[in-house]
Parts: sequence; C-alpha cells; structure tokens
Amino acid sequence: MNKIWLIIQREFLNRVQKKSFLVATILVPLIFPALMAVLVYVAVEQKKNATKEVILYIDESGYFKPDTAKFVFSPFPGNLENGKRAFEASENFGLLYVPKFELTAPEGIRLYTKVNPSPSDVSDIEKIFENHIRDLKMEQLNIDQEMLNRLKTNVEIDVKISEGGVEKSSDSKVSAGIGMASGILMYMFIFIYGAQIMQGIIEEKMSKVVEVIVSSVRPFQLMMGKIIGLASVGLLQFLIWIVLISTLSTVVLGFFGLQSPSQEMMQMNEQAQQVAAAQGPNSLEFVKVLNQIPWAYLLGCFVFYFIGGYLLYGALFAAVGSAVDSPAEAQQFMFPITIPMLVSYFALFTFILEDPHGTISIWLSIIPLTSPIAMMGRIGFGVPLWQLAMSMAFLAVGFVVTTWFAARIYRVGILMHGTKVSYAVLAKWFLQKG
Amino acid sequence: MNALSVRGITKRYANHTALDQVDITVPERSIYGLLGPNGAGKTTLIRIINQIINADSGEITLFGERLRPEHIGVIGYLPEERGLYKKLKVGEQLIYFARLKGLSHSDAVTKIKVWLEKFEIKDWWNKKVEDLSKGMAQKVQFISTVMHEPKLIILDEPFSGFDPVNAQLITDEILKLKEKGSTIIFSTHRMETVEDLCDHIALINKSKRILEGTKKQVKDQYKTNTFAVTHRGSFQFANDLYELIGQKRIDDDLHQSLVKMTTEGSPNQLIQDLTRVTEVFSFAEKIPTMSEIFITLVKGQNHE
Repeated sequence: MNKIWLIIQREFLNRVQKKSFLVATILVPLIFPALMAVLVYVAVEQKKNATKEVILYIDESGYFKPDTAKFVFSPFPGNLENGKRAFEASENFGLLYVPKFELTAPEGIRLYTKVNPSPSDVSDIEKIFENHIRDLKMEQLNIDQEMLNRLKTNVEIDVKISEGGVEKSSDSKVSAGIGMASGILMYMFIFIYGAQIMQGIIEEKMSKVVEVIVSSVRPFQLMMGKIIGLASVGLLQFLIWIVLISTLSTVVLGFFGLQSPSQEMMQMNEQAQQVAAAQGPNSLEFVKVLNQIPWAYLLGCFVFYFIGGYLLYGALFAAVGSAVDSPAEAQQFMFPITIPMLVSYFALFTFILEDPHGTISIWLSIIPLTSPIAMMGRIGFGVPLWQLAMSMAFLAVGFVVTTWFAARIYRVGILMHGTKVSYAVLAKWFLQKG
Repeated sequence: MNALSVRGITKRYANHTALDQVDITVPERSIYGLLGPNGAGKTTLIRIINQIINADSGEITLFGERLRPEHIGVIGYLPEERGLYKKLKVGEQLIYFARLKGLSHSDAVTKIKVWLEKFEIKDWWNKKVEDLSKGMAQKVQFISTVMHEPKLIILDEPFSGFDPVNAQLITDEILKLKEKGSTIIFSTHRMETVEDLCDHIALINKSKRILEGTKKQVKDQYKTNTFAVTHRGSFQFANDLYELIGQKRIDDDLHQSLVKMTTEGSPNQLIQDLTRVTEVFSFAEKIPTMSEIFITLVKGQNHE
C-alpha cells in the first residue's frame, strides 16, 4: 500500500510540476468562454452582413406571394425553358417554378438550384406557400385574422417537481443545458486523462524503465498508482477550473451589473430576486430555477461519475498502453474503448436530453461503460434515487471488473518488447497464469 | 549458507515451456554466472527470482528463507531491458527508486550521495536523465541497482552499452561489493566476463539447466587431458599412450604440438616421455575455455 502511495505521489508531482499543466489549468477557463464569445460574435456579424440570395420565380398559379425575409424573389417573365436557360447563365441562387394548382392540392412546385440547398432553405420556401395558402383558405371560409387571434390562447405550464412535499420550479432547458455541459465535460476528461495514462505507460515501456520498477513493486501496484495519480491530477484541475470559472464569472458579471448563478446560490434568495426583479418577470423565473438547482448535489455526482468513469476507462487505457510499443500501434486497440464512449456521447444529444426518462436513456445511464456520460445528461432532470444508486453500484463493480481484466493484460504486456500484438495475443496474455 | 537456492522451478506458457525443473544453488559471496543461449529461459528465471512473474511450480529460498515479497529490498536487479525516466532529475529518480525498494527518504539521500561521490558525479543531482550521455545514464542505472545495499545483486548483461572505461569501473565496484559480502549473479553471453569474474557457473539450454558447479569443477569435467607443448623439431610417439592431435611449425624448427593422454597418467610422465623424443621449451595443460564448453554443450544438445 505504501508503495502505491509513492507511485501516486510521483505521478501526481510529475504532471502537476509541468508547465503544460499550469498553462492548461489557467488558460482553459479563459480560452473557452473567449472562444465561444468570438464564435457567437462572428455568427451574429455574419447574419447581419449577409447579402440575401436571389431566387428567380415563374408563377403560373398566381398563388405565390414572395416573402423577402430570407431571399430576394425576382419574377421571371417567360416559360420554364427560358427561365432555366437564364438561370444557368446567372449568378442567382435558384429558380422556383410554380405551375397551376388547386388550393387543395398544391403539387408540382419545383426549385432548381446549382448547389444542394440546406433543409432550412427549402422549408423556409415551403412555409411561404403554406402561410399564403392558409390565408387564402381562411378568406374562402370567411375567417379573418382577428378571429383567428381570438381563437388562439397562450398556455404556459409551470413545471413544479414535487419531492417530499416540497415544490421546486424546473426548467427543462436549464436541465438540458446542465446535462449537455456536464456530459461533454465528462467525455473530455475521460478521454484526455485516459489517453495520458496510456501515454505514460507507453513511455515507461519505451524508455524500458518498467522492468526496473516492477522488480520493486507489483505490476498491479504500478498500474493502480499511475491511474490514481492521474485521477487526482484531473480532479485537481477540475476543481481549479470550478473555482476559477465561478470567480471569473462573478467578476465579469459583476462588471456588467449582473449576478452569477453561483453567487446567487451562496447568497440569500431574497437579494437575488430583487436583482432579478429589476430585469423583468422572465429572468426572475430563471433566477428562481437557478436557485433551486442543487449545485452541490450536481457537483457531487459529477465528481463521483468522473472518478468512476475515469477509473473504469483508465484501466482499459492502461491495458492498451501496456500491450503496444509505440503510440501509433495503440490506435488499433482504441476502437473498443472509443465505441461505448461515442455511443453515450451521441445518445446524449440524440435522445437522452430529449427524453431523459425513456427506457434507453435509463439503461444507458445504468450500464457502467455508458453511465458516466448518460447519467450526467439525465441528472439535471431529476433521477430517481434507486436508479442513481444502481448506476453507481454498477459503475463501482464495472471498475473492479475492467481493472481486473486490464491488470491481467498489463502484467504480461509491460515485459513484452517487439511482439506483434493482436486481439488473439491479448486473449492469450489474459488467460496466462501469473 | 547459500544465498539463493532454486529447486524444481517450472514455468509453462501456452505453447512452450520456458523453464523445466530448473535447480540452481548460488553460494553466499560468490559471483555466479548464469549462462545460456538466447531464449534458453535465463530472463524468465531471473524474473521469477525477482518476483516479477510467478513460477508454476518449484521453490526458491533466499538466504535460507522462502522467497517473500519483502525480499524485494534484499535484491538489486539490473534488467537487460533497462532504462530511466527521461524527464526526471537524477537525484529525484534515484530517491524514487530507493524508496520503492523500501528505504526512507533520508536514508535514500545519504546513500545516493555516497554513490554519486564515489563515481565523481555529484553535480548531476539536478540534471535530467535526457541530458545525460548513454554512458552517464548507465552509471546512474548501476547506482539505482546497488544503492540500497542488496545482499543479492542480479545483473542481466550488465556491460552491454558500456565503454571499456566504464565497464572496468563497474567491474571494480562489483568486486568491491563482493568483498563487502554481496552475492552477485551475472546473466551474460560474454564469456570473457565469465572467465574473469565468475567463480560459479550454471548453463541453461532449452529450458533445462544442463551444467552447474564452480568454474574449476566445470573445467575439470570438460578438460580432455590435452597438453600444448612447444618443442624443437618434429616427433612421433612410439606407443599409443598419447595421441598427437596436431603439430604445427611456429618459427624455424620450433613446433607446437597438442598431445592428448589416452590413459590416466600424470603430466610428469608425459614430460618425461617427451624429453626423450624432443627438446621441450614449454609445456601447459590445455584447459577448455568457458566459451568452448558453452559451444560444445549447446551445439551438442541442439543437434540431438
């Protein structure tokens, strides 16, 4: 045990004393928001300055009412053949052909373009037709806009989550935001630190220091020391980020006369609401939601899943590192590790955030290989305690299993030099007696 | 007492046997040469002694005790595939290794300083290993093997990569360590090392130990009662007590002959018989070199 501790210390100090650690730890919290700000700024500017594309149109139906919000529509006098020729010769974006049609069956409308139009462009043009035809139909049915407006009633449901009789406000957008951010963060952390374990082990093999070390410690101790040492570096980095980001956001938001969520969390509810009240009812509700987010609980879960997921994958990365002689060779064995990570990452965006309480979402958040990302995606929406407990227990078991599995490959792999390694060879190592 | 006693060690892998019922006995304070061609199983045996891998069966005792994990601190091992952490400073690195061997921080610092002083490399403490030359790194590596004053030192091809000056330096240190009471096991192909340094040897071939004993015992076992004689003129033996294996002219009418005694007889008798037929200038028993024994045995076995 004492030796594992020595190795943990060594690995921890090796990384933390590096300049790159200091740079990454301090710069990332600065760079990320800055990068996002720049991207948003560029996107906004681009939208502002973009010149509208021109679409020629031939309307034989008389039902086309150009809407110039997104495109400039210019009528083309003549038949379709001439229109096509003129369009080919022009720089215009498209040629819209509207044949005669019945209002009940608007068919045969065609859009000729030179490049594949984006789905949003096409649906925008479809909307123009749909809106105009609806207006015409309303006219036929003697419904006017005012009547329609009176028919329409705006209903907003206030979601309150009842837990033990205490009502909490909820905002699914905020929950999804939390899920997305922590899911991505989890994915990044596991990959970055997992890859570092692998690299460290490959370095030890390449510099051939490994046999010197394992004559003093058990291979398992060396592997665990490395994994835990790096985990503590990751955790330290994460905590520094949290502190930096919350301090920075407080300072920045304070500068703009706003209050940061974390500050609100710490301060009295009342005071925060006063500030929010000044910004209108919407932001009051938002602040209320932010106030009711159990930040400590989220942070606790994140740390648990980070440690659990990292250890689980870290062991696998260690096994890969031990089996190969160079980082290039490691590529071929990364696939089975990457797959469950990618699955949970894509699942996060395709359905976990959409339907956090669906069957697949629940299972993905319980299966150990996918649970770190999937559960962080769901956590903001409120997860039943039994699911959380089961997921955590499974993750712990999963970690023990992957570590056992990895250790069996590691103990053989680190002593092998210049062996051509395949999955069959790995299996043989795995089955080999001590 | 024996420093190390290995009894019936067997290690099997999926499709080959690395060690088959291997016994070796290393007396205390000896320099023991573990010989054998590549792939014979030497490294596997050494790894088992260092508890890096486990044997399938057999027993190892170290200074009379059954091998236990704590014995790691008693052994100093220099593997053939060796290296250092490139980014670590010499001092930090040695302290780390010493602590893994079970030394306290302050003990480690004291002992390392003594060794750096001995090799006159005190000012390397804060140098990173990647800034050292290969020979310099080898010195640091050697220090890391012996700094915890191990009672048993196992060196796998210790001189590969050393220039002659450093090799001599290391040799001297090894002899000093032996004087101080350490037992040393060499695993090597270099027969001159064996001739110069080892007093005991074992030969492992094809997973089996095929020879063990003191250097003298082994040589006695394999000597062929052949003598090299320098003499004037050529001669023939009249009887079949001796067999003339070869005769060649060295200079003018000075010849050298190899004479084998076919029956048990004393060298004195041979000299007497020789003086009757020729004028003897020199007379020496032809003792087989370790290299010759090695080649004879390994070749003989591999042709079976």
